[in-house]
Amino acid sequence: MMSDSDNPTDFPADVPMDAREQPHQVEMPFAIVQGTAMTSLPQDLYIPPDALEVILESFEGPLDLLLYLIKRQNLDILDIPIAAITHQYMKYIDLMENLRLELAAEYLVMAAMLAEIKSRMLLPRPAGAEGEEDDPRAELVRRLQEYERYKQAAEDLDGLPQLGRDVFPTSAQVPERQQTKQHADVDLQELLLAFRDVMKRAEMFTHHHIQMEPLSVRERMSNVLSMMSEDRFVEFHTLFTVEEGRMGVVVTLLAILELIKGALIDLIQAEPFGQIYVKAAGGHADLPEDFETTVDSAQA
Amino acid sequence: MNTSLKHVLEAALLAVGRPLSLDEMCNLFPESDQPDVAALRGALEELQGDYTARGIELIEVASGFRIQVRQDMERWVSRLWEEKPPKYSRALLETLALIAYRQPITRGEIEDIRGVTVSTSIMKTLQEREWIRVVAHRDVPGRPAMYGTTREFLDYFNLKSLEGLPSLAELRDIDSINAELDFGLPEGGQRQAQAVRGDLTAIDMPLVPDDTDFHPVEAGLEDLPVPDTLH
Repeated sequence: MMSDSDNPTDFPADVPMDAREQPHQVEMPFAIVQGTAMTSLPQDLYIPPDALEVILESFEGPLDLLLYLIKRQNLDILDIPIAAITHQYMKYIDLMENLRLELAAEYLVMAAMLAEIKSRMLLPRPAGAEGEEDDPRAELVRRLQEYERYKQAAEDLDGLPQLGRDVFPTSAQVPERQQTKQHADVDLQELLLAFRDVMKRAEMFTHHHIQMEPLSVRERMSNVLSMMSEDRFVEFHTLFTVEEGRMGVVVTLLAILELIKGALIDLIQAEPFGQIYVKAAGGHADLPEDFETTVDSAQA
Repeated sequence: MNTSLKHVLEAALLAVGRPLSLDEMCNLFPESDQPDVAALRGALEELQGDYTARGIELIEVASGFRIQVRQDMERWVSRLWEEKPPKYSRALLETLALIAYRQPITRGEIEDIRGVTVSTSIMKTLQEREWIRVVAHRDVPGRPAMYGTTREFLDYFNLKSLEGLPSLAELRDIDSINAELDFGLPEGGQRQAQAVRGDLTAIDMPLVPDDTDFHPVEAGLEDLPVPDTLH
């Protein structure tokens, strides 16, 4: 609450007289308590552990913590007072452990590294070794600077306008969509190919219709009669047409049996398993030469 | 003719709800009647001009063109939604920044620079949002995956290309400091921190730290600088 006014009466009434000073200090206070600027922590300051717990958890890692320590005290990153920094760092580590904060291993690695750097700096430099010895702090400084860059870059990145936070997408209602049916053009060739396929499938379904040709027994009887005469005997087997298949043979047999029943034909057989001869009934037909006469014509 | 092309593009950009590329804009028209790139860009520029006095703007992002609500409208428009937009943790942003600026980069390299282990959940979140992807594998034992950013990442941050990223802070220049202290150091101590090594040898470093460093620790907390702001 620095005021540019020289006049103490310009201050608000509740500001104590000893605070109404002319501003001239160069060091910026880190806290203002009841109007009084504070540039150093009071010796009896008590910080509740909970507050510190929250604060300490906000470090992103040992590099972040170190950067904080450096910046907070306005130290030059290129010339870090290693002993002081190490000391402070270790205090933080102890504090974190006391508060049982889960310490990532990286913090302890950094503690070891700081201790090592400090010891290297404590060691006397061998005479005449100028120019050979690297600054033990160099690597640490490099890492701190590198991390600092990206820490800043992360902040800058977050500062860019983000979709949904700073800028927003737009949309407009679309009218009812007319379903445009995509008609595929049909090729004549395609059509013929499709047709051919159909035909092929149709063929697979064709089957041989074994039609029962209605074979009339009566018709067959007439056929058989016409094949013989009264005058001569015909061999039995000639009455049949095997090409007709079984059905045909059966029908012929039925016809013959009917004819025999009707005494329209005669069947004779010389001996068992001998040739059978058929003749139209009536009339005298000469028996064939090889016919044995011992057996009369078979009566039905 | 330009007017109706402009209107077609405007309608399409508003209807689709995401960035539209020039190719996609061409395909709004039947093949026999497609505008060329010059005509498209001309119409888009005209449309952009039309919006200058409005609450919306037309910008080009990595995936194409997008009509969006202007940033300066945010304080009113954001009140339309109760939920606040996501606030990303520093760890996530640092990881993302490293991938964006140093791609392709492995997890190990990210860990080296940040000084902490890379969180698996952060990597998962970034991949789920499709802001990062595996671009290659480094040819060393273990063949670790190398990560890079995506077009969606650029779209989200309103960028046309990686060149739109804010430039990295320069590493503090040690040359000027050296000159000041008159160490007579060799030229070419660049901003690379390699310059720090070796250049400081000429500095008179105290071999024994002064007494103050070895003062016994009084009590616990008083000597520690207390952060006054939370990160």
